[in-house]
Amino acid sequence: MKIMVAIKRVVDYAVKVRIKSDKTGVETRNVKMSMNPFCEIALEEALKIKEAGFASEVIGVSFGPVECIDTLRTGLAMGADRAIHVDAPATLYPLAVAKLLKALVQIEKPGLLILGKQAIDDDCNQTGQMVAGLLNWPQGTFASKVVLDKEKKIATVDREVDGGLETLCLDLPAVITTDLRLNQPRYATLPNIMKAKSKPIKKMSVQELKVELRSDLEVVQVTEPPARKPGVILSSVDELIDKLKNEAHVI
Amino acid sequence: MVMYNRITAAAYRLLNQNKHSSFKIAHQRQLSPNFSRYNRSSSTSLAGFRHHCATVNLNQFHASYRWDLQKLSLVQFQNLSLIHHRSFGSVASTVVQRNPMFSTINSDDLIYFEKILGVKKVIQDHEELQTANTDWMHKYKGSSKLMLQPENATELSQILEYCNSRRLAVVPQGGNTGLVGGSVPVFDEIIINTRRMNSIIFFDKVSGVLVCEAGCILENLISFLDKEGFIMPLDLGAKGSCQIGGNISTNAGGLRLVRYGSLHGTVLGLEVVLANGSVIDMLGTLRKDNTGYDLKHLFIGSEGSLAIITKVSILTSPKLSSVNIAFLACQDYISCQKLLFQAKRRLGEILSAFEFLDAQAMNLVLHHLDGARNPLPSAIYNFYVLIETTGSNESNDKEKLEAFLVHAMESSLVSDGALAQDYSQATSFWHIREGIPEALMKAGAVYKYDLSLPVEKMYDLVEEMRIRLGAAANVVGYGHLGDGNLHLNVSAPQYDDAILAQIEPFVYEWTSRHRGSISAEHGLGLMKAEKIYYSKSSETVQLMASIKKILDPNGILNPYKVIPSSLVS
Repeated sequence: MKIMVAIKRVVDYAVKVRIKSDKTGVETRNVKMSMNPFCEIALEEALKIKEAGFASEVIGVSFGPVECIDTLRTGLAMGADRAIHVDAPATLYPLAVAKLLKALVQIEKPGLLILGKQAIDDDCNQTGQMVAGLLNWPQGTFASKVVLDKEKKIATVDREVDGGLETLCLDLPAVITTDLRLNQPRYATLPNIMKAKSKPIKKMSVQELKVELRSDLEVVQVTEPPARKPGVILSSVDELIDKLKNEAHVI
Repeated sequence: MVMYNRITAAAYRLLNQNKHSSFKIAHQRQLSPNFSRYNRSSSTSLAGFRHHCATVNLNQFHASYRWDLQKLSLVQFQNLSLIHHRSFGSVASTVVQRNPMFSTINSDDLIYFEKILGVKKVIQDHEELQTANTDWMHKYKGSSKLMLQPENATELSQILEYCNSRRLAVVPQGGNTGLVGGSVPVFDEIIINTRRMNSIIFFDKVSGVLVCEAGCILENLISFLDKEGFIMPLDLGAKGSCQIGGNISTNAGGLRLVRYGSLHGTVLGLEVVLANGSVIDMLGTLRKDNTGYDLKHLFIGSEGSLAIITKVSILTSPKLSSVNIAFLACQDYISCQKLLFQAKRRLGEILSAFEFLDAQAMNLVLHHLDGARNPLPSAIYNFYVLIETTGSNESNDKEKLEAFLVHAMESSLVSDGALAQDYSQATSFWHIREGIPEALMKAGAVYKYDLSLPVEKMYDLVEEMRIRLGAAANVVGYGHLGDGNLHLNVSAPQYDDAILAQIEPFVYEWTSRHRGSISAEHGLGLMKAEKIYYSKSSETVQLMASIKKILDPNGILNPYKVIPSSLVS
């Protein structure tokens, strides 16, 4: 069985994002880009499944400009066997990605497609669900535990829902999207970074996949949340009462 | 006088070496004045003794390691029938007596201080004073009854002028993160806290010059500069509390020294207040200024013993966007050295940190530090090296670093390694290195030594110490390999004079013998004031004392520290 993992290149989790001056989006020039943390978790899970003997190959796929290859290389250094880069514009919306993924699934025929539950840049949380719909595969979203049964060809997925856990049993092939607590992704070690250099990254185009990129959405504007006013240190209780009364109007 | 001191130093060394020999040594017991849990038992320990009198013979003298003693002629020594009076301090029980020349605070003093500062800045609150009297390791404890918090140089000048005329001793205090007891009072010195002097005065984006007050917290400066696209030339674990004035007073080194050099290079100017209250404006912002003696250098690293720094002009560097961090494993110390040699050549200008830790340090971190995760869990290695590169071009830098790492792997210098793929991984690698002191604190008692040594000899000391102490304690070595700075730490379940006697003076003698420094970046403070001769010739120390006499004739500034008290009182 092959496992396909979707990998997105995003602004690094630790970077404080800045809005472009024309408010069309977030500044990405000269900003550290990394693999979406949820995609890292998805890849880690795929690697674990492979190491446990349930899968024969892990394929990382990414859609976007040529820089995505760096992110795929990171995935290969973590342990993916090969990668596919589909050259596409930087801005892709979930439905487009879901269609592209569906096209790749039909070529590669994996037994499992694992995605992060969402990307930390647009927080859409839609791609996994859409691709499951398009493929007509069962889906286990927000997975916090995944157990595979090779004989019965099923996956048991624990989902984190409000106030508890829900356990689902999915027939393979299936789509799984990963939550934060599923696993702790491994580091890319030097020997694996060296090995990754010779692993293949296949280049494909949107046309080859016969997907028409059409956007039903338009971003009107992106703005920063209003800045929080700094706190003040007051010298007495009387002053506090005065401020609560006359400035905050809460008492 | 010079000769006397030289001989004193020699005898001092000999006494230490021959504690158990047949020399006639009379012991005189004396309790340490700074009573704390660490020196309770010092009265019964060798380290706590004061050696009062000794005779020394020639052959023994030849066995001495002190490098500068070789210069001492035998004639001088033969005439010697030495009587001296010097204390042998342990880590916390450095035996000093309150200088009787100093006055004690009276109610008139308090009235005066409240008049010039206002009530808010004159602190007599017991709890606040308790914190200010104790260093952060809880190793040194003074008994000051008064803390003053001047807001500017004018206020400080009035304070010092008054204290000088009244012979009231003072201790300057910033973030109080020092490791050698330099920032807390020994007795009842008035604490002069700089925290209210915390404004940023000026920043120039073209030159990168930052002018600010001494009480600015390092981390605040770092975040201020971050918004401007610049970085401070120094970074250290205590950045959240330590203040720039204290950093400069102690000439702090830290993690980026290998790249940006010492504060002697990056500090462009200072404003200081002398003991007599004169405000000395040396607050230049120029990189080049050859007009007369460059006096600011006297105050960098003088640990508040010559003046109190009030303003700082410092050169900052542009923040470069591409930072890469590798965490590597080496099988032996020689590989670490070779790796450093290769890193300097192959990474060149982008190398910004080269840190090392041994397996014992790694083990402590993994057991005691929250959130620490071993990047290389597949095996246990003897040494770990953290390499950071900082440059302006992401893909170039990464390519360079990867080529270097591949070479290091192929030539077996590195057994394994991980390269941070994003900031959170980078942070978790730094967390291991920066968290060692915290892990050590959690593990129990810790004896800390901060030594500069030739890189090739550095780790021998750790191994020798391990043999000396056996199972009694855990000897840990880590530090700034790129700067030849070893942090030798001995971790034990509790403080124990038997362990201390095994460590000191051995560690100082060893360092001296290899022409190292007994204080690379922590300073001398109270802990090592009397140990200065291990790293400096007696003529040098004498000259230091003369300078101190000129700038602070009454010795009120941070007394009992930096220079042996016999020279200044």
